[in-house]
Amino acid sequence: MTTPTPTPAAADTGRRRVLPVTDLSLVVLIGATGSGKSTFAREHFKATEVISSDYCRGLVADDENDQSASKDAFEVLHYIAGKRLAAGRLTVVDATSVQADARRQLVQLAREHDVLPIAIVLDLPEQVCAERNAARPDRAGLPRAVIQRHRRDLRRSLRGLEREGFRKVHVLRTVEEAESAEVVLEKRFNDLTHLSGPFDIVGDIHGCSSELETLLAKLGYEDGVHPGGRTAVFVGDLVDRGPDSPGVLRRVMGMVASGNALCVPGNHENKLGRYLKGSKVQRTHGLAETIEQLEGESEEFVAQVREFIRGLVSHYVLDGGRLVVCHAGLPEKYHGRTSGRVRSHALYGETTGETDEFGLPVRYPWAEDYRGKAAVVYGHTPVPDTTWINNTICLDTGAVFGGRMTALRWPERELVDVPAEKVWYAPVRPLAAETPGGHDGRPLDLADVHGRRIVETRHLGNVNVREENAAAALEVMSRFAVDPRLVPYLPPTMAPTATSREDGHLEHPAEAFAQYRKDGIVQVVCEEKHMGSRATVLLCRDAAAARQRFGVDGPTGSVYTRTGRAFFNDPEVTEEVLGRLRSAVTDAGLWEELATDWLLLDGELLPWSLKSAGLLRHQYAAVGAASRSVFPGAIGALEAAAARGVDTGALLERQRDRAADAAAFTEAYRRYCWPTDGLDGVRFAPFQLLAAAGRSLAAVPHDEQLFWLDRLVAADEAAGTGLLRRTARILVDTGDEDSVRAGTDWWLELTAAGGEGMVVKPLQAYARDGRGRLVQPGVKVRGREYLRIIYGPEYTRPDHLERLRDRSLGHKRSLALREYALGLEALDRLAAQEPLWRVHEAVFAVLALESEPVDPRL
Amino acid sequence: MFLTISTTGSPERPATDLGYLLHKHPGKAQSFSTSHGTAHVFYPEATADRCTAALLLEVDPVALVRRGQGQGKGRGGAPDAALAQYVNDRPYAASSLLAVALSGVFRSALAGQCTARPELPEQARPLRVEIPVLPARGGTELVHRLFGPLGWDLVRAEPLALDERFPEWGDSRYVRLVLEGEMKLADALRQLYVLLPVLDDSKHYWISPDEVDKLLRAGEGWLAAHPENGLISSRYLARHKGLTRDALDRLELVRLAESDGSEVEELDNAVDEDRDTEERPVPLAVLRREAILAALRGAGARRVLDLGCGQGQLVQALLKEPAYTEIVGVDVSMRALHLAAKRLRLERMGERQSSRVRLVQGSLAYTDKRLAGYDAAVLSEVIEHLDLPRLPALEYAVFGSARPRTVLVTTPNVEYNVRWETLPAGHVRHGDHRFEWTREEFRAWAHDVAARHGYGVEFVPVGDDDPEVGPPTQMGVFTRADTDTAATDTAATEKTTAGADTTATRADTPKEGEAA
Repeated sequence: MTTPTPTPAAADTGRRRVLPVTDLSLVVLIGATGSGKSTFAREHFKATEVISSDYCRGLVADDENDQSASKDAFEVLHYIAGKRLAAGRLTVVDATSVQADARRQLVQLAREHDVLPIAIVLDLPEQVCAERNAARPDRAGLPRAVIQRHRRDLRRSLRGLEREGFRKVHVLRTVEEAESAEVVLEKRFNDLTHLSGPFDIVGDIHGCSSELETLLAKLGYEDGVHPGGRTAVFVGDLVDRGPDSPGVLRRVMGMVASGNALCVPGNHENKLGRYLKGSKVQRTHGLAETIEQLEGESEEFVAQVREFIRGLVSHYVLDGGRLVVCHAGLPEKYHGRTSGRVRSHALYGETTGETDEFGLPVRYPWAEDYRGKAAVVYGHTPVPDTTWINNTICLDTGAVFGGRMTALRWPERELVDVPAEKVWYAPVRPLAAETPGGHDGRPLDLADVHGRRIVETRHLGNVNVREENAAAALEVMSRFAVDPRLVPYLPPTMAPTATSREDGHLEHPAEAFAQYRKDGIVQVVCEEKHMGSRATVLLCRDAAAARQRFGVDGPTGSVYTRTGRAFFNDPEVTEEVLGRLRSAVTDAGLWEELATDWLLLDGELLPWSLKSAGLLRHQYAAVGAASRSVFPGAIGALEAAAARGVDTGALLERQRDRAADAAAFTEAYRRYCWPTDGLDGVRFAPFQLLAAAGRSLAAVPHDEQLFWLDRLVAADEAAGTGLLRRTARILVDTGDEDSVRAGTDWWLELTAAGGEGMVVKPLQAYARDGRGRLVQPGVKVRGREYLRIIYGPEYTRPDHLERLRDRSLGHKRSLALREYALGLEALDRLAAQEPLWRVHEAVFAVLALESEPVDPRL
Repeated sequence: MFLTISTTGSPERPATDLGYLLHKHPGKAQSFSTSHGTAHVFYPEATADRCTAALLLEVDPVALVRRGQGQGKGRGGAPDAALAQYVNDRPYAASSLLAVALSGVFRSALAGQCTARPELPEQARPLRVEIPVLPARGGTELVHRLFGPLGWDLVRAEPLALDERFPEWGDSRYVRLVLEGEMKLADALRQLYVLLPVLDDSKHYWISPDEVDKLLRAGEGWLAAHPENGLISSRYLARHKGLTRDALDRLELVRLAESDGSEVEELDNAVDEDRDTEERPVPLAVLRREAILAALRGAGARRVLDLGCGQGQLVQALLKEPAYTEIVGVDVSMRALHLAAKRLRLERMGERQSSRVRLVQGSLAYTDKRLAGYDAAVLSEVIEHLDLPRLPALEYAVFGSARPRTVLVTTPNVEYNVRWETLPAGHVRHGDHRFEWTREEFRAWAHDVAARHGYGVEFVPVGDDDPEVGPPTQMGVFTRADTDTAATDTAATEKTTAGADTTATRADTPKEGEAA
């Protein structure tokens, strides 16, 4: 900044006039009517970047010259410009803008969107303007006085444009100048998206020079240079409070100058900078120490510090927009923006306006609201522990207060820290218990789930959630579900196999095997379907693990239903189930094998009567009771009539059949009911390990899955708790007739013995067909007797069956796939330690989709 | 479904006259197609001494289920559970379907007409009616109340066990019904026509719109004088609601309950339509409303949130006072919001009025930016509907994120429960209450929340402040500590306290139904 910026006159000396324009800014063209603004805009900007007041007049009044429509036209213009700026697009306003009031509104608009206002003035002679207007039929009649008035207003304005807030002012005075001018887009200072590091981002230092050197050494730097070509990024607050601020400055300034580091300013640099410029500042919060230490330095060094601080840019957007570094955190709408308040937020953060009991301002927990894609790495607020919150992380671990100095490796996301050598400075208040926003409840925001939504999934692209379904999910999630932190997944629905034409059957394995064969899936696994209630179990190794990973105090996990409700009303029973499972996992050695301290399991809890007692009593058993009681009388009456010689036709025989169906129905539901006492009689049949620390296990083939699960069941059996139940299975090769026959026989046997049926799944996860489409992750093939519970006691009667076969599976299949993709998405997000709201978004969407209209019998 | 009608006779007055009365020949088995299946009439016995007519209705369950389907095959060719349960008792139990069949098959008998023997319908006969499976919501006791006053010599209703394999499940809602007495056949049939669906009391979605006329016609001569005529007509006509908007509102929740293997009522219970309605306000609810209004007035609030507005009773009261310039009713239940909109007649409200009020779905388990910046928020009988582990999220959403200047929280005082005569010991006042607090517990929570979020809190009793167990409802008035109008606020709170105390003296003694 030591060389003076070229004045317009100096730039005039070249043949071509270069007009620098920041790539995200509001460009205001200023000039009298006829001065050629529209032509200029057309030549130098994209058509969509330019909004002209004439055009907007036309939009609202069908006449581009209707001055009475100006008010509405400008409202439209400002609205469109605002939308463009909010979206981060360069915008050019083509209106005369010769009056201060019109410009003031535009400067205001630019500030509202935190972009720079730039003025390009076309100050052309009156004669030129008049001739141009005369050449346009719609303006030929424009009085000369109008041009004169515009030019008068313009001349009055010229001097004050910078003062009005325009950060760049380009004035073009002649036709030649205007025609030869060249607009050159400049990047913003904070836009370093082209740098991808790798970076080592260092938290607050506060004059702790020795710790800084230790940390840099630990990170692999040798005298400020990383042999691997990494770049250090300092989040600011290099100075104050600590023992050697000049030492820190010397190191950081050296690294920045040599291109080995970037640095953003902290509030302490800002204040030091003002002091060094000669402003009067209070020497509080450790500034006095820095001033004293700088007194021992040369004047030249102090001057370098002053210039260094003056040149610091409030925040940087790095690594293709994936990373934002600043001192005190930054909401997404400020990323890459340039305004006073952006700088102020970057330096100081936002406060609520309140002060705490130590007289310090209460900071607004902006990270809680953060939903941006870029990771924001910052410091400023000393915390005892660093944790990611909504893709943000605070690296100030209070080195100067005797804590640690912390760095983050990017893109590895690894934390590296060194302990403070001593308490260099006593804190005014104790370090916050957690990162701001990380406190109890970690609130989710309604905007994350409410209304019509689109959820992006890795495996199936965008999944839509309709408003009415989200509304129902909101009610159930809010009123009945367990804490969302303990519901990181909901199971997807599953489609049945295609309808069978086999005599007496609605569903049969033949169709399932045939479909997978057609999809090109050779190996499938048939797993016994347990008839109980679906239960998902989140199991932590201990309470500490639950606290550390899921942020809950007390429970060591959760056992919940398809809609996220607690399976057991009594938390103690839940803990007992978790305890038994935990022992099994420990005995089976799975904690170590999967290198995890938590597991997410999917399974079925038995008996059915445990959770669905109400439904059983009010619906299934009731139908059984009614059907059992009605037939003896009816059959007796028919027999008596027949004995009298009345021709009752087939009526009697039919009632006997119906009575048999009714008895079969009762038998069908009874199989899935048995009394329980506490946990006695309760069984859990796990059929999939869903996730462990840092890893979605959904990708693991089912044979490996079953191998883990068998070990769990064996461990539980050895312990004798009687909780876990094995899932029977058989592998089938869909291309091998014998194998298919064996699979079919297995199913017949299973269902003849009262089994619900089986699920056929491709052995490999994420299976796709020949055209690359995701295939059903599993289809259920339910037993003939079991289906009485679904389709009614008499569904097997040929005339009923024939009509019931007319069922369409399309919607159910589509739903199953969408929910499957959302479930996988939740697991992937969980594994990647994404913020809670991201996991919850996918989980919530599964619940919402479950309320879509689909035949409930499928 | 099945019923028999028997009579006895003598050679002079043969029992087989029943055949004339019913207009069905005792020597034949006849079939009639009805709208829900085939009805068969036959006589297991037909002598001069004894004659029994049997009506057997074979409902086609597949067709039954399909009738209910709204959108055809697009969604799987099947109905929603709310419209027709796919496994249901209709083919077996004597419900409105049987009543409809009865009226079709025995039309002339029901009308008291007999062309061949015009004198017969006027004569009372010894009749025995037997229905082996009759759904009776209200149990045997209600059966007696309904048939008892109608002149039968014998009314026998035996409950049927749900499943003898599981005796712990108890009785089903079905009874085996036997009626005996001297009665005109037409009267007996008309009673059955009305009382079968009344006892069944299940929503029935296939009835015609002229049901009121039918009730009046079938009830001629016996209904008006029946001591239970109120219950009979309300149950009979309640079936009309069928496919109204109310039923449609529930579908999403119905499906979620279904996927969970739960009964619909377990999830869809946000609105208790029987407790506090416009027609039957609960006295304590009125006192609560008055206390809240007094506290809001005292705080000088103008823009008010009613968090958990339910059916909008408080919103309605706030609208009546012009001081409230903006009233936002928030509830998580869409059903509650629909009912509230209906109560407020929101669609027909003038522009000026309706600009003051909004009803939005929201949830206090989440922070919500729309709720920031209000003068006051009311949480009336809300917190106890949350599981305790989820209360911190609500605290943060209200006190940490929305941060209105004043927050009013009311909740039951569990100590007072001993004063409710109708409430069994140890029971909460409402099925969905996840907890009820003592005064001490509420105060401890309130002080803690206030301290954590920078509020002051004072407590106001609502209802009769019993010297021993305190008031039935306790209210916490939270005032944000940093509010600029601190001075006026303090005064306001004092006024509030005074105001509420005045209301408290007007409290009635507890009555049935107040424990809402």
